[in-house]
Amino acid sequence: MNAGANGNIAVEMRAISKRFGGVHALREVYFSAQFGEIHALLGENGAGKSTILTILRGVLAPDSGEIIVDGSSFPSLTAKAAREHGIGMIFQEMSLVPTLTVAQNVFLNNEPLGRTGLINERAMRERSLEIFRDMGVEIDPAALVGELSTGQQQLAEIAKALSQDARILVLDEPTSALTATEVEILFGLVRRLRGEGKAIIYVSHRMDEIFQLADRATVLRDGRHIDTRPIADYTLTTLIADIMGKATRDLLEYATASTSSEDVVLEVRNLRSGGTGAGASFALHQGEVLGIAGLLGSGRSRLARMLFGLEPVGAGEILLRNEPFQITSPQVAMAAGMALVPEDRRRQGLVLQHSVAHNIELPVLGRLGASAFISGRTGRQIVRDTISRMGIKTQSPDSAVNTLSGGNQQKVVIGKWLATAPDILIMDEATAGIDIGSKGEILRLVRELASEGKSIIFISSELAELLAVSDRICVMARGEIVQSFDARQLVAGDQDPQSELQAEQKLQLLLQQGKRHG
Amino acid sequence: MAEARSTHGSVEKLWSYFKQTWRQNIIYIGFAVVFVFFAVTLHDRGFLHPNNVLNIARQTAVIAVMAVAMTLVLSSGEIDLSVGAVAGLASVTTAMALSAGGLGLGIVAGLGTGLVVGLVNGVLSTRLLIPTFLTTLAMMGIARGAAMWISDTAAIPVLNDNYASFFGSGNLGPIPSLLLWMIVAGTIGHVTLRHTKFGRRILAVGGNAEAARYTGIRTARIKMAVLVISSMTAALAGMLYAGRLQSGRFQLGEGDELSVIAAAVLGGTALFGGRGTVIGSIFGALMIGVINNGLILMGLEYSQQLIARGGIIILAVALSQKRS
Repeated sequence: MNAGANGNIAVEMRAISKRFGGVHALREVYFSAQFGEIHALLGENGAGKSTILTILRGVLAPDSGEIIVDGSSFPSLTAKAAREHGIGMIFQEMSLVPTLTVAQNVFLNNEPLGRTGLINERAMRERSLEIFRDMGVEIDPAALVGELSTGQQQLAEIAKALSQDARILVLDEPTSALTATEVEILFGLVRRLRGEGKAIIYVSHRMDEIFQLADRATVLRDGRHIDTRPIADYTLTTLIADIMGKATRDLLEYATASTSSEDVVLEVRNLRSGGTGAGASFALHQGEVLGIAGLLGSGRSRLARMLFGLEPVGAGEILLRNEPFQITSPQVAMAAGMALVPEDRRRQGLVLQHSVAHNIELPVLGRLGASAFISGRTGRQIVRDTISRMGIKTQSPDSAVNTLSGGNQQKVVIGKWLATAPDILIMDEATAGIDIGSKGEILRLVRELASEGKSIIFISSELAELLAVSDRICVMARGEIVQSFDARQLVAGDQDPQSELQAEQKLQLLLQQGKRHG
Repeated sequence: MAEARSTHGSVEKLWSYFKQTWRQNIIYIGFAVVFVFFAVTLHDRGFLHPNNVLNIARQTAVIAVMAVAMTLVLSSGEIDLSVGAVAGLASVTTAMALSAGGLGLGIVAGLGTGLVVGLVNGVLSTRLLIPTFLTTLAMMGIARGAAMWISDTAAIPVLNDNYASFFGSGNLGPIPSLLLWMIVAGTIGHVTLRHTKFGRRILAVGGNAEAARYTGIRTARIKMAVLVISSMTAALAGMLYAGRLQSGRFQLGEGDELSVIAAAVLGGTALFGGRGTVIGSIFGALMIGVINNGLILMGLEYSQQLIARGGIIILAVALSQKRS
């Protein structure tokens, strides 16, 4: 094997700092991985994991710090240099071309040539087959990638990295779309690669995976290096404490007394987009914040899109204020007083190159004057009100949205929907990837809106935040609501500073169970 | 002292403002540079003579009218390659209807041609989801072929003087009617894009179609409307050609689609949507017209004109690109 001796340092990143505009993504972060170990890289969304991996991959240059690989120090890597030093990435989002075969993908841009100078397809297939045999998995190199299961694609992705002699493998949330059997196959392969002396950097939100698999863990929080330790030093509680930090506990300060009333505003019965299964059922009350928790792929965002008319409803019923209601388009949903803060603000929420003012005016254009012309005065008034209510930090209303920080961009999205004065606000990962200050402001706003009598469906992957703002929490798995309970019951009211961690653990447990039994 | 410093400061501020914005306004700078250059070098050849200036306006006006609609199309993230062929087809249908049924029928036939083509383009693009690049490329051939077929490849004379005078060959006082058409189209286009809800929605769809859809905008309807407007404007351009040349011919408008797109992009409209300026497009068309005219007056051969014009356009667009 061409990997280094076990225990030797494979890659070391020292004092890496990186800023994006005013945001410190990384502050003097230290990270190292050894050959022959599985090293977990842990942290919440926005802790800096993806930034450091992007730097390791040579796509992003750090502002300062050094990267030491193969005994030489570099201020930054290029993508080519990273590959040459044996750094291989297995992406969370597949980087394979679905219209090419497995073998063609494995050797993409690295094709073996025949004597004629043309690509030797047969050698490609044979070498792919060899790699798959070494990996101990069964995949047909001649199959089109688009026809493989997600798990097989993941394995093909790993084969691609191995074909380039990767000695340092980075797996970023590799199991998020896999079935239980596929996960077992992947784990077997990862352990085998460790045995061969490869360094494996493993990123996952699933703690049980980390405890099953990892040898050591590095925890990042808010762009800082918190700790690197053997995994055996950690318990689930101490690991979560390291990852979440004190800031998590502070989130509970946003919790207020429930403002939920008895009136049901929106009721959903057996709603699903297609296929079989029971579908989702729940009721949303006036003044209530209904949290929806679920692992990646549990159908939370799909539910949000169906409720806002962006995805056709396959089966089931929606009752709006106790009347059956067909939501066929976003226009219908908006007319009924609904609003959706979508999952991906850059792709779905904003026209990035347009100004803050134009983005805010977009959903309310119909109300800016009675004629075809835009009433500048009404528009400016709405924009001013929104900017001040949301506390959006922008040089001017005419600045392009893409010059704002992530948190301020998100406030523009929320603000533009509040300008429509909705009764029902659906928020899908409204605090993902934004700074802690903006996050707090958004959570406070959610409670404020509820106390004004608005009803909110709050979808989030951050359990601490769900526990802080929700009145009730529904756990979703495979498109169904598998559990529903009072958030405050889970927090259980005691003043023990450990209490919330326990609540989070309980919630985490419910998510995992929902996944398993759902 | 203090005053001197503050003057210096404001000059600096002006300079930094210029540095930030000159790329956006490259078309006006470029137009001025080209115009002054020809005015000086071609002074003795009558470049500035009113007849020559009006001539430039007359030759450019039809392209400019089409460029107004193209600005809307490009702003919405679409493209229309069929405008030149539609202009040719509309010139033929108008001329035929004029001789068959008089002024009213002629106008209806011309605009109707644009309406039908626009609806077909729109339905193919929004219902069958064929990219407009392809639908309008195919439509370019279909419209050109239809024009050849119904006219039997012959020029069809326009004998209606009222029509000819109103659409293109007449004057209002000293001003050619073509110039008025350009100003009217430009004004309507500018106000539509800048000051109406429709215009704002066009820009939003072109800037980020998915976000527009998530914001409750009927993106398909916007695209459909823009394509119909484009085809009808192209038909109007064909009618202006027919009026100016007093005949309808299938060759009219050949190659115009590229001049029109070049004019819009030169003017600062994004080729892939989200940003557009109607006034810029008109100046883009005028600049191309000035360049053509100047190169002819310089005595360049047609082959040399083509090369010089291509070079200038590349230079202008290259200067307007933001480098990251």
